[in-house]
Amino acid sequence: MSVLSVRDLVVEYRGDGVNRVVDGVSFDIAAGKTVAVVGESGSGKSTISQAVMGLLGKSAVIDGGQIVFTDPADNAQMDLAALPRDGEEMRRIRGNRIAMIFQEPMTSLSPLHTIGDQIGEAGRLHSGMDKDEARAATQEMLALVQFPDPKRAVDQYPFELSGGLRQRAMIAMAMMCRPALLIADEPTTALDVTIQAEILKLLRDVQGELGMSILLITHDFGVVANVADEVVVIYQGRVMERGSSQTIFGNPSHPYLKALLHAVPTFDMDERLEPIRPIKPSLEAFGAPCQVVRGEPLVRVDNLSKRFHLKKGGLFGKPNVLTAVDQVSFDVMGGECLGLVGESGSGKTTVALSILRAHLPSDGTISIRGGDGEWHDVSALEGEALLAYRRRMQLVFQDPFSSLNPRMSINEIIREPLTIHGIGTMDERDAKVRELMGLVGLDPKFLRRYPHSLSGGQRQRVGIARALALRPDVLVCDEPVSALDVSVQAQVLNLLADLRDELGLTYLFVSHNLAVVDYLADRIAVMCRGRLVELGPTRDVIDNAQHPYTKALLAAVPDANLDRPLDFDKLSAGRVSRPSEWPEPYRLPPGATPVMVKVSEGHFVCRPGDAPQLKDAA
Amino acid sequence: MLPYVLRRTAGMVPTLLIISFLIFLIIELPPGDYLSNQIEQLRAQGEAASVAKLEFLRQEFALDRPFFERYAVWLGAWPGPNGFDGLIQGNWGWSFEFEKPVGEVVSGTLLLTVVLNFATILFVYIVSFPIGIYSATRQYSWGDYGFTFVGYLGLATPNFLLGLILLFLMNEYFGVSVGGLMAPQFIGEPMSLDKFLSILSHLIVPTLVIGTAGTAAMIRRLRANLLDELHRQYVTTARAKGLSERKVVLKYPLRMALNPFIADIGNLIPSLVSGSVIVSVVLNLPTVGPILLAALQSQDQYLAGFILLFVAVLTLIGMLVSDLLLAVLDPRIRLGKQAAA
Repeated sequence: MSVLSVRDLVVEYRGDGVNRVVDGVSFDIAAGKTVAVVGESGSGKSTISQAVMGLLGKSAVIDGGQIVFTDPADNAQMDLAALPRDGEEMRRIRGNRIAMIFQEPMTSLSPLHTIGDQIGEAGRLHSGMDKDEARAATQEMLALVQFPDPKRAVDQYPFELSGGLRQRAMIAMAMMCRPALLIADEPTTALDVTIQAEILKLLRDVQGELGMSILLITHDFGVVANVADEVVVIYQGRVMERGSSQTIFGNPSHPYLKALLHAVPTFDMDERLEPIRPIKPSLEAFGAPCQVVRGEPLVRVDNLSKRFHLKKGGLFGKPNVLTAVDQVSFDVMGGECLGLVGESGSGKTTVALSILRAHLPSDGTISIRGGDGEWHDVSALEGEALLAYRRRMQLVFQDPFSSLNPRMSINEIIREPLTIHGIGTMDERDAKVRELMGLVGLDPKFLRRYPHSLSGGQRQRVGIARALALRPDVLVCDEPVSALDVSVQAQVLNLLADLRDELGLTYLFVSHNLAVVDYLADRIAVMCRGRLVELGPTRDVIDNAQHPYTKALLAAVPDANLDRPLDFDKLSAGRVSRPSEWPEPYRLPPGATPVMVKVSEGHFVCRPGDAPQLKDAA
Repeated sequence: MLPYVLRRTAGMVPTLLIISFLIFLIIELPPGDYLSNQIEQLRAQGEAASVAKLEFLRQEFALDRPFFERYAVWLGAWPGPNGFDGLIQGNWGWSFEFEKPVGEVVSGTLLLTVVLNFATILFVYIVSFPIGIYSATRQYSWGDYGFTFVGYLGLATPNFLLGLILLFLMNEYFGVSVGGLMAPQFIGEPMSLDKFLSILSHLIVPTLVIGTAGTAAMIRRLRANLLDELHRQYVTTARAKGLSERKVVLKYPLRMALNPFIADIGNLIPSLVSGSVIVSVVLNLPTVGPILLAALQSQDQYLAGFILLFVAVLTLIGMLVSDLLLAVLDPRIRLGKQAAA
């Protein structure tokens, strides 16, 4: 018996013209099962979930089809597509029999109400609980989603909780009335991998306990492979392929699905990613490759520490200091891609920004080897020397939407670095901008357009073109693909790989996604809580991880492969990112000096417990 | 919380000192003072006897002393002709124009000013909130357009003109006497039910007139604030819980949209005192605005200085109140410090 049965659903947005976003979609969700709806952004997958919940916007119209919901409690059937969206019947189902959790745990809870208030509200509304009953039920639910201290959490506000805990609170809210169906719209996309694994485990546990069905909306095949019983692949509002996970992963038949699966970076892949829409960069437009000595150190980070002073702790209290980076040392070799990996708050972005001299180090030095082979201390650079350094170091940002000025045309955006550094005449700059567009595989006709009319992937390529305008030696990429769809991600990753191979560019590639780093990086540096914990050639770090934190990170990456499911039992509930709780000899109490111990050639791990024979040879 | 209130209150003292100095400096910027202007006038008319009396008054009020000394005497931080006798000691000064102590001149009008302004603020909030919420939740509906149009009319109409029209209408159809804050026969009478009702009926027009512009502005602001909040994710969460639209809006986005209005309480006070001067003159309202205007024109400095300082005190108290309210209503402000740690 199916809890939800979607039949030939058609949803149109009627604003300036009619836009059919969901076009004849059908699927069923059986009781107690998980169905994943997979697709790129803009495929209409979120619109389907909104249609089920009656949360479609005003301009959206259900133009055909049925959404039949059968409540397993009393076998009552109703067509949700036919109910008025804000009518009483719909509201009685919403949050009661069908509940939903969202992508952004940071913004999906009201910051002004305690989480107890927000969670208990559903119980007061649907189950007629009074204040005390709701409070007790809320605590029970918080315990179910494994909140560390449910009694205290009831009176806490969302901003006092971490992202993972907020998502747990969201799940508790959805579970409050023990719904028959849970809709999870990208529930783990905004979370770190280790937390993502925990939330996936939690969803599975809760499902087992309450016996509900789950409709999972996601773009991540790794997540799908680990939780879904059935998969529906959506492209431009239509179902491309539908079937059990075994069929979808074992024997995909539709070309779109095959292409999508090929575009996902996984561990140990030797072949090149195949983007769904390949681009043709004209790499010769860069001119002569970078003049750096390959394999020789180019940037040296020596014992770098960065402390931030937070809000003063009152008149006499001591100032609140956050050590974002703590005694980190490594070299970036010429022509290599060094992947810098860690969870949010690990200090990886601070390191990257320090190298760009956006921050001055609190301790330690960053130096760069000049064309003359001499080392220059970056924080001592001034005037013309600093400008020259800026030309050698460029940044590609994470968010392609906010990193381009919406009031500048693409031409102005790519041209700006040339203008700032006074390079070339007007005509030369024009020509250069056109070359750069070709270099990233963009049609020069985009030059007159503004960022809002470009897709995420196109914008990110504009960002790369802008970074390449000054012919830098080093490109610092701060999570350059984390905001992009898998298909576009492959496009950008291939572009970056080509640029490095052909032009001898050096990358510092900051990412939380080990599979992406694995695809691109020659060496990997793993950071946790401001410390560097492991550093080595990519294959050594991935296949022969030493540090417990690295191992945990690797174990938490969901693989789009049914044969390698996540080992949920091994998850350690966040303890793994606390240096003082690592087992000996890795334990690193606050204030201790991290000591890098050599494992094999070029592979070092932070193991202060062992006798420090070798001190940070990296 | 208590240490915070005490710290903020203590912080008001230096602020007030600086404000009082600035007020005094600006009032004294035009050459001469009330008395020396009178003396000039009398000299021109050849009345030497009165001149002697005014010269005596100048000494009496320390107007013959240097600037900083005059300021300190006014403040009560420096011995004047009668020892320490200034604002600190509770002597609000002397009005030359009215030939009465400042306290007596303003005591009646201040109360009425506060009553009128309070009524206006209440009117603004009561009218603009429902309309603002309606306009935001039904954006681009006929109702929204209608209120927007009326609101712009309210913004664009000169207040005194509206006042005159309303006065005429009230007199024509309801028999309310023109101008003033009560019917003429009650002036000077002790408070009675009839007098109270008369005051109430006379409050209607000034409240409407002073309030309309503020209401229109407030509707636009609330609508804009609320529109920003209505598309936030947490609103969808609340809807997904099954709350009715009405409960959703009132509990979540409205509360978020309120912050700017609470933060505004302190700023409202000075604009309400000084912003309604023209209306008060036109409607013949005995509020403090016209008195302040006259005092500034005739360089009746202690009167003007006291009124300005009074407004400053009200503003500072308003700011304190709005900060405390914000902390009570917004846990992020109350707990933000600990959360950041």
